[in-house]
Amino acid sequence: MSSPSPQERPGPGDTAGLGRQDVAQLARLARLALTDEELDHFAGQLSAVLDAVAQVGKADVGDVPPMTHAVPLTNVTRPDVVTPSLLRDVVLAGAPAAEDDRFRVPQILGEEQ
Amino acid sequence: MSDLTTLDAAELGRRLTAGELSSVELTRAYLDRITAADEVLGAYLHVDAEAALARAGEIDAARSAGDELGPLAGLPVALKDVFVTEGVPTTSGSKILEGWRPPYDATVAARLKDAGTVLLGKTNMDEFAMGSSTENSAYRPTRNPWDPDRIPGGSSGGSSAAVAGGLAPWALGTDTGGSIRQPAAVTGLVGHKPTYGAVSRYGLIAFSSSLDQAGPMARTVLDAAVLHEAIGGHDPRDSTSIDAPVPVVAKAAREGAHGDLAGLRVGVVRELGGDGHSDGYDAGVLARVRETVELLEGMGAEVREVSCPSFDLALPAYYLIAPSEASSNLARFDGMRFGLRAGDDGSHDLDEVMSLTREQGFGPEVKRRIILGTYALSAGYYEAYYGQAQKVRTLITRDFTAAFDGVDVLVSPTSPTVAWPIGARVDDPLAMYAADLCTLPASLAGLPAISVPCGLSDGLPVGFQVMAPALADDRCYRVAAAVEAALDTTRGHRLLDELPTRTAAA
Repeated sequence: MSSPSPQERPGPGDTAGLGRQDVAQLARLARLALTDEELDHFAGQLSAVLDAVAQVGKADVGDVPPMTHAVPLTNVTRPDVVTPSLLRDVVLAGAPAAEDDRFRVPQILGEEQ
Repeated sequence: MSDLTTLDAAELGRRLTAGELSSVELTRAYLDRITAADEVLGAYLHVDAEAALARAGEIDAARSAGDELGPLAGLPVALKDVFVTEGVPTTSGSKILEGWRPPYDATVAARLKDAGTVLLGKTNMDEFAMGSSTENSAYRPTRNPWDPDRIPGGSSGGSSAAVAGGLAPWALGTDTGGSIRQPAAVTGLVGHKPTYGAVSRYGLIAFSSSLDQAGPMARTVLDAAVLHEAIGGHDPRDSTSIDAPVPVVAKAAREGAHGDLAGLRVGVVRELGGDGHSDGYDAGVLARVRETVELLEGMGAEVREVSCPSFDLALPAYYLIAPSEASSNLARFDGMRFGLRAGDDGSHDLDEVMSLTREQGFGPEVKRRIILGTYALSAGYYEAYYGQAQKVRTLITRDFTAAFDGVDVLVSPTSPTVAWPIGARVDDPLAMYAADLCTLPASLAGLPAISVPCGLSDGLPVGFQVMAPALADDRCYRVAAAVEAALDTTRGHRLLDELPTRTAAA
């Protein structure tokens, strides 16, 4: 999934609260269909969680660098040698739908497109 | 429970090697116990008795033929369902992977196979390892063998219930924010989260990649150490794997059991249950931990209190970082290449099928975390949430570094409370998250940490956590073994031996 464009930007501004609309928008961005019931339920719960996690803002981080990883590793490479990969049939056996030795997927473009 | 299902793996291994016991006999004892108890406990998601007995038979045959076998050959083991296993159903506790049979083995699963172990089955877990009670399993909750009305901890709650309940001699779990240590603590087991990168993540269904780490859950410190050595070490298939020799932890466990801790400097973390930071902690938990600290002093350790002020922000930082990484990792579950696909009836396009698949395939906690992570990573909020959390992670690591200038290990409770009643926190995410309070700092810093049983509170097990600098996993095992040996001697038996008595009385 690509990152949201500015007009897709979710959230109600600077306040740490998530309304029903925000949750619906975030769910859409995450390709997650939600029922009306779930929307109602999650909006309240997520606002409480967001209030709690927003406490990270209290930390005085000045010029503290972000820590992305516990172990400082960079550019881990392996020798450029051909190694066997999984067999096509084995992989396709686990697919929800396959056709002509490929994954079969639903149509990508809607009718109006 | 038969004798065989309560013994340590070390003793079982000795009997197998000596020819006093066959792997088929041992495997059958565990399978019988699973048949008898798992309907109540719900520790397993998948058991294949036939395959296990066939495998045990192969090992027995190899032994009779005089083949050179390793020390683990013929010992049964259970794997959390987050490890992919070739041809064996693997779900990560989620409906979205129901029925999926992976085409390859996780490195740790392959290593245990090569060591001659017998896979009993795949253990229950919170969906995608998100939870602290195993109630978030999409299949069924797991129950605590000490009290079936209580949770077994999570997310590796199937593994903890299996080992504590005599349904496996030992098991593997994974720990992202405490998911090995907390379930071990509330079921009276030993659980160790290795240094990040010390055990391969290849073939672990990813939750939060910068935190996930596999480790052992066992009845004794020595068993945990032996299992750790069997799975640890460099793996070229995991780019974050540390290229260093397998740590020598079994030796540390054996030495620690002698109980001499002279010269060991121990720091008690104030922010984890100490003065001014004891809200939400059970008095019984704090009392057991205090007694254990005194025990360490009695064995020659120098104890002092240490302050790590940034630990107060570990929980908010973790619950931004983990959901953010999860929202990205779980994007692969789109119904196209494996697992469930919903709504593919010709009337929905790709986007809609993905959304419907994820709606049907994911449970509430997974959905909450995907939404939270998507929010924390979105343009305009990234710096304030995810970026800030990563900086807090640096502060926490600095607190550890400063503390380890003055002490060799840090100690705390493993979890603020004992096992709580099933259902008590299920719809209150923040209450659920609080169970991870003490385990999160070591997770965020990538440090090794062990939980060892240190007694009972209200008749339920309490865990004592020992944290050490990166790659000093041996210190965790040494101190835990000393605690275990001293308490076992005082008590006259293992803590776990009180479980059958308790269950019989209930």
